[in-house]
Amino acid sequence: MSVVLERVGLRVGEETVIDDVTLAFERGTMNVLLGPTLSGKTTLMRLMAGLDKPTTGRILVDGNDVVGVPVRKRSVAMVYQQFVNYPSLSVYENIASPLRVAGVDRAEIESRVAEASRVLRLDPFLRRLPAELSGGQQQRTAIARALVKRAALVLLDEPLANLDYKLREELREELPRLFAASGAILVYATTEPSEALLLGGRTATLWQGRMTQEGPTPSLYRDPGNIDAARVFSDPPLNELSVSVRDGRATRVDGAALPAHLSPDLPDGAYRLGFRVENANIREDGSGDFVGKVSVTEISGSESFVHVDLGFATWVCLVLGVHDWKPGAMASVSVDPRGVFVFRQDGERVPATLAARYVTDTVGA
Amino acid sequence: MDKPLNNRAWLFVLPVLVFVLFSSLLPVMTVVNYSVQDTMGQNNFFWNGIAWFQNLLDPSTDIGGRFANALVRNLLFSFVVLALELPLGIAVAICIPRHGWKVGASLVAIALPLLIPWNVVGTIWQIFARADIGLLGAALNGLGIPYNDTQDPTSAWATIVVMDVWHWTGMVALLAYAGLKSIPDAFYQAARIDGAGRWSIFRNIELPKMQKVLVIAVLLRFMESFMIYTEPSVVTGGGPGESTSFLSLDLVKIALGQVDLGNAAAMSLVYNLITLTICYAFFTVMTQLDRRKDV
Amino acid sequence: MATITLDGVGHAYPTRDPGEAKRYALKPINHVWRNGRAYALLGPSGCGKTTLLNIISGLVIPSDGRLLFDDRDVTSVSTEKRNIAQVFQFPVIYDTMTVRENLLFPLRNRGVDKRTAEARVVEIAGLLDLVPVLDRRARGLTADAKQKISLGRGLVRSDVSAVLFDEPLTVIDPALKWELRSKLKAVHEALDMLMIYVTHDQVEAMTFADEVVVMKDGEVLQIGTPTELFERPDHAFVGFFIGSPGMNFLPATVEGASGHVGETAFALGSGYPSLTDKVQLGFRPDYATVSNDGAGIPVTVLRIEDLGRRRLARVALGPHEVTATVPHGAPIALGEARLEVAAHHLHVYVDDRRVEGEAA
Repeated sequence: MSVVLERVGLRVGEETVIDDVTLAFERGTMNVLLGPTLSGKTTLMRLMAGLDKPTTGRILVDGNDVVGVPVRKRSVAMVYQQFVNYPSLSVYENIASPLRVAGVDRAEIESRVAEASRVLRLDPFLRRLPAELSGGQQQRTAIARALVKRAALVLLDEPLANLDYKLREELREELPRLFAASGAILVYATTEPSEALLLGGRTATLWQGRMTQEGPTPSLYRDPGNIDAARVFSDPPLNELSVSVRDGRATRVDGAALPAHLSPDLPDGAYRLGFRVENANIREDGSGDFVGKVSVTEISGSESFVHVDLGFATWVCLVLGVHDWKPGAMASVSVDPRGVFVFRQDGERVPATLAARYVTDTVGA
Repeated sequence: MDKPLNNRAWLFVLPVLVFVLFSSLLPVMTVVNYSVQDTMGQNNFFWNGIAWFQNLLDPSTDIGGRFANALVRNLLFSFVVLALELPLGIAVAICIPRHGWKVGASLVAIALPLLIPWNVVGTIWQIFARADIGLLGAALNGLGIPYNDTQDPTSAWATIVVMDVWHWTGMVALLAYAGLKSIPDAFYQAARIDGAGRWSIFRNIELPKMQKVLVIAVLLRFMESFMIYTEPSVVTGGGPGESTSFLSLDLVKIALGQVDLGNAAAMSLVYNLITLTICYAFFTVMTQLDRRKDV
Repeated sequence: MATITLDGVGHAYPTRDPGEAKRYALKPINHVWRNGRAYALLGPSGCGKTTLLNIISGLVIPSDGRLLFDDRDVTSVSTEKRNIAQVFQFPVIYDTMTVRENLLFPLRNRGVDKRTAEARVVEIAGLLDLVPVLDRRARGLTADAKQKISLGRGLVRSDVSAVLFDEPLTVIDPALKWELRSKLKAVHEALDMLMIYVTHDQVEAMTFADEVVVMKDGEVLQIGTPTELFERPDHAFVGFFIGSPGMNFLPATVEGASGHVGETAFALGSGYPSLTDKVQLGFRPDYATVSNDGAGIPVTVLRIEDLGRRRLARVALGPHEVTATVPHGAPIALGEARLEVAAHHLHVYVDDRRVEGEAA
C-alpha cells in the first residue's frame, strides 16, 4: 500500500492549519513528522486517518482518492500521547477490542492477542484493568491494540512523550521493530530531534502548518534546506547570528567584525548564520572566538550544554561528559565553521564555503 | 470539498422534529393565538390585536395591577430564596466530609428533600405548619410566637421561604461540593505553607474555584424559584389574601378559574419572556465577569 | 535557613499481620542536608522520592526515625509550623489576586509590616523576572510564569528552612524548560537556601543539584555530585539510569587486575580480591570506542545509530550486546571491529554494587 498527500491544506475559519503539504509514504517504511507543539503534526495525522477532511488537495491510497471515506472503512491504527484504553475492560479485552469489532473469529483473536502481548511483554497483566498498570504498561497496551489490528497505516502521535526517559529509550527501540514485520506504513510524530534521529527512516519537518523539508532523516539533519527546517531539527536550539557581508568580510549587526573563518564567501548582503550546539565549543585555554558569561549548564548525563550569554546573542555550547560550568563564569567560545549554515534573509539556505577558509586560516596561522 | 449528499439522513432527524413540534412549538403557538384574540364564548374567536398586552402592561388596569404586584412578589421571593440558599448551600458543602463512608451518608441525607415530589413537599409543609395540629405551627404558638400561615401574610411568606430553602439548599450544596472536590490537594497544602487561615482559604481558593458551579446553581435556582407553583398552591393557595399569589398561581386563577383566555395567554407569554430575559442577563453578566478577570 | 538531618528516617505502611515483615515505602536513611546546597531526589516512579519529600514537608509522619531542622525535632510538627516552602507539579496560584498580591500573601498572613513586605516582593519579583507582570491577574499568565509565582511565594519569606520542589517542570512547555531551570539555578546562587528537588528526569536533577540522591524501590542507592554519578556509579542501577544510553554491563569473572567475559579479557585499572556471587563489568558507552581497524577487543558491529552529533554502535561481544561510541569523523562499517575501553573507566560490580579495587 502507498499513501500520498497531494497539496493537502486545511483551513479552519480564517486560520490556515495545514498549508499545502505534499508527501508520499511507501509500504514498510518509518516516517517521522518532526515539529514543535502546534506545528500541525497531529492535524496531519487526523487528516491521514480520515478523522478530518482537508479543505484543499487529495489524499490517495494506492492511487485512489480516499477523502470522505469514513475511518472505520480504512485500515488505520492510531496511538496517542495520552494512554487511551477502555477503563472497564481488562488488558486482554482492550487488545482484542478492534478484532471483536471487525468480527474476527474466536481462535484467531486468541492467537493474535497472545502474539501481541508476548512481544510487548504484557502476558502477566492480561487479566488486569488499565488503571492497575504503570504508565509504560498502559501505553504498551495501547500499542498492542494497534498492532493486532494489522492496519496498513499506523499513526503514532508522540506515543512516548508521557513516559519516563528510560522507558522511552526502551520502547523507542522496540516500536519500529514491532511494526516493521507487519509491512505497515509507520508515521511517527515527535517534537524531539534526537527521537527522529534514533528512529531513522525519512523525516518531514513541520513549522506552523507548513512542511519545511523532507528527506532521509540523517541527511536532513546534516543538510537543512532553510532556517525553519534547521531550527525544528535542533535541540538544544540552533545558535544564530545575523551578519552583513561586505567585500568578503562579515560583521555583526552591531558593527563588530567576525573572525575570518566565519566570513562566508558570498556576495555583499545580509545573511543569517546558524550552527548547532556540537559546533560551538568552550575553550578552556581562552583561545575561542567569542567571550561570554555562562547563564546555566544543562547536564543530560553524557553531555553538558552550556548556555553562554555573549551580549549580542545567547548560544548553547556542547561539552562532552559531565561538567558544571557555574552561572556567571566567563567562557571562551569557538565556532567550527564546518558546521555553520548560511541563510538568506528570506530563510533559504545558501551554499557557502566557510570551511575552506577555515582550513586556509589555520594553515596560515 | 463536496460532502457526500445523503438524503436518507433527514429520515433520522424527522422523529425529533415531530417531537419538538408537538411538545413545544404547537402549544406555544396556541398561546400566541389566544393572546391576540377575544371570544364571546361558543368558540367564536375574533381578532383583538395587542389589546391584551396593553392592558397587562398598564398597572392602572385591574389585570395590569395584579400582574405588577405578582411580579414584584416573584422577584422578591427569588431574591430572598437565593440569598439564603447560596450561602447555606456553600456552608453545608464545606462541612461535608471528603473521605470515608461519611461522604456517602452525608450526600444521601442532603439529597433526600430533592427526591420528594413537589406536591408532597407542599403537603408535608402544609400539615407541618398548621397552627392547630402542625408540629411547627403549634410549637411556635406554644413558645408564644404568634404564627398562623392561613391568616397572617408574614407567617405565610416565612413558611414558603423556609420550605423552599429546605427543599433546594441540598442542590446548591451538591453543586458546591462538586466544585470543592475538584480542587487539588496541592492548593490546600500550599495555603497552609503560606500561613493562610480558614477564612482566607475559603475566600482565595474555594470560592474562586467554585465560581463556575455557583453560576449554574444561581441560574437553576433562579429559574426554579421564579416559576414556583406547586408548593405555595398546596400550602397557602396564594393566600392569605393575595399575599403569596405568585405569577404562576395568578395565571392559573385567570386561565382556569376565570377562563379569561386572552389575558392568561398574554400574561404567560410576558412571564416567559421575563424569565428568559433575566436568565440571559444573568448568564451574560457572569460570563463577562469571568472574562474580564483574565486581563 | 537550616540544616536538615535525617536520623534513621523511614516509612512503612502498617501491616495487617503483626508477624509480617515491615514493607518499607522508604527504607530508613541517615543523611544530613546542609544549608545553602541544592539536592535532587531522582528515581523512577514508585522509588520513594515523593514519600521522602512528603516526610520533609510534614504531609507524612515517618514510621521510623527522627527528622531534625537544625537541632529542632520536627518529626511530628505540622506543615505550617515547619517554615518550608513548596513548589508543586502544577502551578498553585490564587486566581483572584494579582501577581503582587500573590507574592504578598504569605507575608501578610504572617503579619510582616507593609513596607518590608512590599520591598521584599519587588526584590524577589526582580530575581524571577516577574516585575513587568506584577499588577496583572495571576490566572491569565502562562504556565511557566505561574510556576514562577508559586516559587516566588516560597522565596519571599526570609524564614524558610528549605524550598521543596515536586517535579515543578511537568507542565512547562519543553522549549521553556531550560529558561526556568536557569532561573532556579540563579535563585539558588543568589539566595543561599537549602533546596530539595524531586524528579524522575536525570537532566533536571543533574542540572539543578549540587548533589543527587538516586533512589529505587524505597532505597537510596547513591548520593553524589553529577560527576560522581556519571564517572563512578556505586550501583548498577545508577549506571543504567544516569546517562543516555546507560552503562553497559557484562557478566564476568575477575582475577587480580583482569576481568574475563567469556573468552575475552579486559585489563582493569586496579587489582581485586577474589570475587564471588554475581560479578559484572560495567563501562559507559561514552568511554568505549569502536573502530574497524584499531587495537582492542574483537567485536562484531550489528548496527550504527546516527544521532546527528554523535554516532553509537551496537556491537556483539560473544552472546552479549554492548553500546559504544564511534569516534567523530571516523568511518565505520558493519561486521568485524575492535572495541577499546580505557582501564580506569571499567568498574567491577558484585551483586550490583561497585567494588573498589586496590591500587595496581
